[in-house]
Amino acid sequence: MSTPVKMAPIGAIPGSGPYHVSEKGYYGEFGGAFIPEMLYPNVEELRQKYLEVMSDPSFKEEFNQLLKDYVGRPSPLYFAKRMSEKYGPRIYLKREDLNHTGAHKINNTIGQILMAKRLGKTRIIAETGAGQHGVATATVCALMGMQCIVYMGEIDIARQAPNVARMKMLGAEVRPALSGSRTLKDATNEAIRDWINNPVDTHYIIGSAIGPHPYPDMVTRFQSVISEEIKYQLKEKEGRENPDYVVACIGGGSNAAGTFYHFLHNEDVGIIAVEAAGKGIDSGESAATSVLGHKGIIHGCKTLLMQTDDGQITEPYSISAGLDYPGVGPMHAYLHTSGRAEFKAITDDEAMKAGLELCKLEGIIPAIETSHALAIFENNTFKPDDIIVVALSGRGDKDLNTYIDHFGL
Amino acid sequence: MTTNRIHQKLQEDKKILSIYFTAGYPDLEDTVPILEKLQESGVDMVEIGLPFSDPLADGPTIQESSTRALKNGMTTTKLFDQLKNVRDKIHIPLILMGYFNPMMQYGVERFCVQCAETGIDGLIIPDLPVDVYEEEYKDMFERYSLFNIFLITPQTPDERIRFIDSVSDGFIYMVSSASVTGAKNTFGDVQKQYFERIHALHLKNPQVVGFGISNAETYKAATKLARGAIIGSAFIKTISEKGIEGIPEFIKGIR
Repeated sequence: MSTPVKMAPIGAIPGSGPYHVSEKGYYGEFGGAFIPEMLYPNVEELRQKYLEVMSDPSFKEEFNQLLKDYVGRPSPLYFAKRMSEKYGPRIYLKREDLNHTGAHKINNTIGQILMAKRLGKTRIIAETGAGQHGVATATVCALMGMQCIVYMGEIDIARQAPNVARMKMLGAEVRPALSGSRTLKDATNEAIRDWINNPVDTHYIIGSAIGPHPYPDMVTRFQSVISEEIKYQLKEKEGRENPDYVVACIGGGSNAAGTFYHFLHNEDVGIIAVEAAGKGIDSGESAATSVLGHKGIIHGCKTLLMQTDDGQITEPYSISAGLDYPGVGPMHAYLHTSGRAEFKAITDDEAMKAGLELCKLEGIIPAIETSHALAIFENNTFKPDDIIVVALSGRGDKDLNTYIDHFGL
Repeated sequence: MTTNRIHQKLQEDKKILSIYFTAGYPDLEDTVPILEKLQESGVDMVEIGLPFSDPLADGPTIQESSTRALKNGMTTTKLFDQLKNVRDKIHIPLILMGYFNPMMQYGVERFCVQCAETGIDGLIIPDLPVDVYEEEYKDMFERYSLFNIFLITPQTPDERIRFIDSVSDGFIYMVSSASVTGAKNTFGDVQKQYFERIHALHLKNPQVVGFGISNAETYKAATKLARGAIIGSAFIKTISEKGIEGIPEFIKGIR
């Protein structure tokens, strides 16, 4: 009898390095699985099986086929000519905004819904802040004919009515999170409680590179298609695989994780993560976790998070609903403390200005999250021959009201 | 040789009634008065909840009491202040129950020192996994004679239950069903089978059942095979409706 050939899982990189998750689920001192015992069987089942499932050729084939035919991948790597002329370096935009549902979120939900099916789960739960991950989850549940329940803070439901309507049209049930501050972190708490109450038939699709191990690694691997594509697309355009810098906005950090992933171990590639400074880092209304956060535990992992001296988790602020999460994924916490990535903070005003500028220069209306990443060119000088890839993580349709209010359009 | 009060209490030949309440609720300074009333009413053991902003394993009742307690101004430092001379009056075992993040910020060893000085007998930390505890904190907890109590659920495999039993001291906290705290339960066949399965494992630590115990009927069902039961949400509802004065009647209604 012949043993089947061992295949590498999705997101496998030759060799291993310090930025890969360890056997026990850590990036440096960050990560792990700090979960109540009630969640242990679910998380343990996932931990034992996720790499095996992601190594299965038929799983990879199904994943890649859906990314191609349903999501519309590969997403273009677009040379932003007028923007480059204005700022100096050669700026490329990785167009995740052109994906089905309008953002990078769907890469992960496609992967996780296939994972859920392999694990025999029939009921899907998710958390959402602005509604992008909720819509991406509702979409794949419709695609697979699975029951879908999305938890969303009561305040966010009121703020994001169009996305709530989208989820309902897609057949999902949107349940308001009524506890705490009634925003994303509380929606996440409610989703975790649902999972505790429904341990057998339910899979929890976490939307960001956070949560107990193996979630940060699994989400990162599903999103790593972004940097995988960047490498060969840049090779075609510039004759080299590696840019001088990759840039992404970061809340929990899923688009950043996917954009950085295949460049993590090449120290020639600079990594820039852009956080939301809100109304200013010291204003008391900010989401700049790398500056304001301290080591602690949130939603099942050890990472950097915004909290009081007493260890109570605080409510962050950003004009962009996708960046106002009080923590950052454990891999990013390690990229920050190890110095591998450079973290920058951009205010609401700077981001809004950069978003509007991209509309005028390139004819692209970006999500406000993405606008934070675009804003770094205003205050940073790069060399003219630097090649910089910015993850254009989402489109701005969902943010029209915020743009209208901000600029009095 | 052990002087831990949990251990002594469990040597007694009787079923244990343990009560959970959130420190700082309904009012900030209620912690010690509630403890006194509970002791007077014949409760065997108490779990004092350290409120947390994001209590993942708790249902609405305990969440709300935590939010309120934090608004009232409860902190880790404040709680230790309130409990400073508690052992002058309170002789039953006291357990602190809280999530790990506030303990980390306070400093885990400093937290243990304070517990030992205060006369705390044990800790329940729902989001500190047993393997991390064993590797990083077990020696420290033992140095301060603190029992760390772990949870098991109907989904916990036998092998893992045995592992938890091997690193536990005091008792094992048996979560009655797959749920967060405060779920309405009647104990049906599924629970009975679960209670019997655990009983048949002949663990070294006694088991105390929690989650979904709210009245005499569920208390009786839970303690048929287990050594005791814990009431949390139902107790918090009582003190929020009737105040501290309602405690003796509530306890009398249980057993």
